Amino acid sequence: MATNTYVAHAPGYVDNDGPKIVTRRFADPESHTLERYLATEGYDGLRKAMSMAPAEVANLVKDAVLLGRGGAGFPAGVKWGFMPPVWPRYLVVNGDESEPGTYKDRLLMERDPHQLIEGCVIACYALGLNQCFLYVRGEMALAQERIAQALNDAYANNFVGKGILGTDVDIDVVLHWGAGAYIVGEETALIESLEGNRGMPRLKPPFFPAAKGLYLKPTIVNNVETLSNLNWLLINGADAYKQYGSEKSPGTRMLAVSGHVKRPGVYEVEAGNISFRDLFYGENYCQGIRDGHELKMFIPGGGSAPWFFGDQLDLKLEASDVGAAGSMLGSGALVVMDDSTDAVRACLRLVRFYARESCGKCTPCREGTSWEEKILERILDGHGRQEDIDLLLSVGAQISPGRYPAASFEDAGLSAVPFPPRQTTICPLGPSSVAPIVSAIRRFRSEFEAKIVLDHGDHDEVDHDHEDNHDGHGHAHDADATAVAAGGH
Amino acid sequence: MSRLTPENELLASEIISRYPRPKSALIPLLHLAQEQDGYVADDAMEHLAELVGITPAEVLGTCSFYEMFKREPVGRYLLNICTNIACQLTGGEELLHEAEKVLGVRPGGTTADGMITLEDVECIAACTEGPCLQVNYRYEYRVDPAGLRKLVDDLRSGARTDIPHHGTLQRVRQHIPADRLGGIEAPEVAGTPAWFTARQAPPSEQKAGS
Ligand SMILES: Cc1cc2nc3c(=O)[nH]c(=O)nc-3n(C[C@H](O)[C@H](O)[C@H](O)COP(=O)(O)O)c2cc1C
Ligand code: SF4
Ligand code: FES
Repeated sequence: MATNTYVAHAPGYVDNDGPKIVTRRFADPESHTLERYLATEGYDGLRKAMSMAPAEVANLVKDAVLLGRGGAGFPAGVKWGFMPPVWPRYLVVNGDESEPGTYKDRLLMERDPHQLIEGCVIACYALGLNQCFLYVRGEMALAQERIAQALNDAYANNFVGKGILGTDVDIDVVLHWGAGAYIVGEETALIESLEGNRGMPRLKPPFFPAAKGLYLKPTIVNNVETLSNLNWLLINGADAYKQYGSEKSPGTRMLAVSGHVKRPGVYEVEAGNISFRDLFYGENYCQGIRDGHELKMFIPGGGSAPWFFGDQLDLKLEASDVGAAGSMLGSGALVVMDDSTDAVRACLRLVRFYARESCGKCTPCREGTSWEEKILERILDGHGRQEDIDLLLSVGAQISPGRYPAASFEDAGLSAVPFPPRQTTICPLGPSSVAPIVSAIRRFRSEFEAKIVLDHGDHDEVDHDHEDNHDGHGHAHDADATAVAAGGH
Repeated sequence: MSRLTPENELLASEIISRYPRPKSALIPLLHLAQEQDGYVADDAMEHLAELVGITPAEVLGTCSFYEMFKREPVGRYLLNICTNIACQLTGGEELLHEAEKVLGVRPGGTTADGMITLEDVECIAACTEGPCLQVNYRYEYRVDPAGLRKLVDDLRSGARTDIPHHGTLQRVRQHIPADRLGGIEAPEVAGTPAWFTARQAPPSEQKAGS
């Protein structure tokens, strides 16, 4: 029975009311063992799959509209269909979870490794391939240990390896682990890393991994949560799956809500059916903003997602709606910031992440992200220059030209710019660094100006005539700063 | 320091055998070297180059890309404090400053007794449990300054026997017995699995056959 409370052995997970698919064993402290797994429909999905032809399994996944949970939300069944009839082909599982705010795949790997392994074997069977690599983020020691143990047990009991379930089917699943680099989560960088190289993305198009991936052979990259659905999906079927969630986004998904809510946590929800307001304020979920404060802004889908504000609270957590409104649901990572949050400081922290994690392969990202970081740093340190706000936007425009996706801002008469951004770069990491910048400046330009104005020791009015005077040391957190009026430009 | 010990060399060849191409094993092998010595030594990189059939420069090229690989000795414990956005909102930066004070080092530095190396790190996927940290990649959640001081004391006094020394990641390793291995082949020789070809027949014929 759901308790609507935290579960001690799964830190952050809230066992709330509502249908559960991928977290349905989490309440059990022993859910990671083969014994418990077998007692709770474990490997029944594989049995079902192997009673069907591989193509039928692939069709079932397509019928269910199982959407990828790694960020882009692309239907797994459709992606699988892109594989040309070429062998060998590979399945690579993306367990590199490192998008700021994202916390779900680690829980799935630690709490229910067999569910993931079963999903891998089912996918391999459907795709007619026999070599799967499960790439776990380097820093996740427990997840690696749990998967290693689970694989050893699954091999010993004929769920993986030679002669699966006593048939002629041979499928190997190999645990692989990384060594600390966010960019390796991008699928082509993941493949490079799995080849033993520096984790730098490949240019795509022309070739996507489904056509030329690992060793330039057809390769499907799927997220951990995506594949963790397959045990339930095979047992219950596509129609049952579509009973949950919305028409466009069937099933459930795991969301991590962090920051200034009363009950931050990881929730399995029927995403398309609830709004951000339900999630942040509902009793079954986060129970409101922490006492004495109000919402200032929130990130709806990981550090790379443009920010939302109070105006967007009534949107449903539906990928297409969120995209049209100027952001993305991404990896199911929601970060809530209340009115005590310094928008410039939050912006710098996110930008610094991209500057640190840029792989350096392309110039706009390698140079641009560190420019962005340096400019924001000096603004926050009180050395900002009047031209810095425009400079930030212009550096951003070199990485992501055109109008950057953003939420509507009705009070200022600004309408939404839909997702996704354009890019001059090889991969979307560079453009992601622009999200916090455009989000923060568009909404809180006055906070930037206030920090820059403080440089001149002039708290009362914006004075544009003394732009060259940078020798003062402002106090970035001076409360007076925010009093300076918006719209100075 | 050193090349892989004979036992580790055996482990290395087992790891290599799980990949279609030897070079794919490189990151796990670098972890093995780091587990042996606490960091990745130059000699170890040369040894790995021999084992997977590439140049030492290529090994270094890969090694130097990834943050977890240390090419110089670090403390027995690596204390990684997350300061990314969710943890920043809940006090991660203040926690880092507290650690700097308690340890007397800046991020990247190691305490004089060689026990603890401090790092400020990016999101470690525990965002709802901020501020959080890892010691040798084992988690501590919702850590306050008092909790941090106790942690440091416990690490120094040897009370945290649950945390292995720096370099050891997995205390359970994947092991595939020879008779259970489906068969990993080089991409040049691997073809369509026979079981798949057999299941391509129309369902009617398949049913008749089974
Ligand atoms: C910079 C960057 C980082 C990414 N990090 C991850 C990650 O950590 N985990 C993940 O599953 N997908 C990540 N992705 C998305 C993957 O490229 C890929 O789309 C995904 O793994 C596909 O799986 P899915 O179709 O099942 O969602 C990242 C993408 C980019 C551009
Ligand atoms: S955008 Fe950044 S992370 Fe992506 S390939 Fe270019 S330099 Fe590397
Ligand atoms: S932001 Fe600290 S764990 Fe994610």
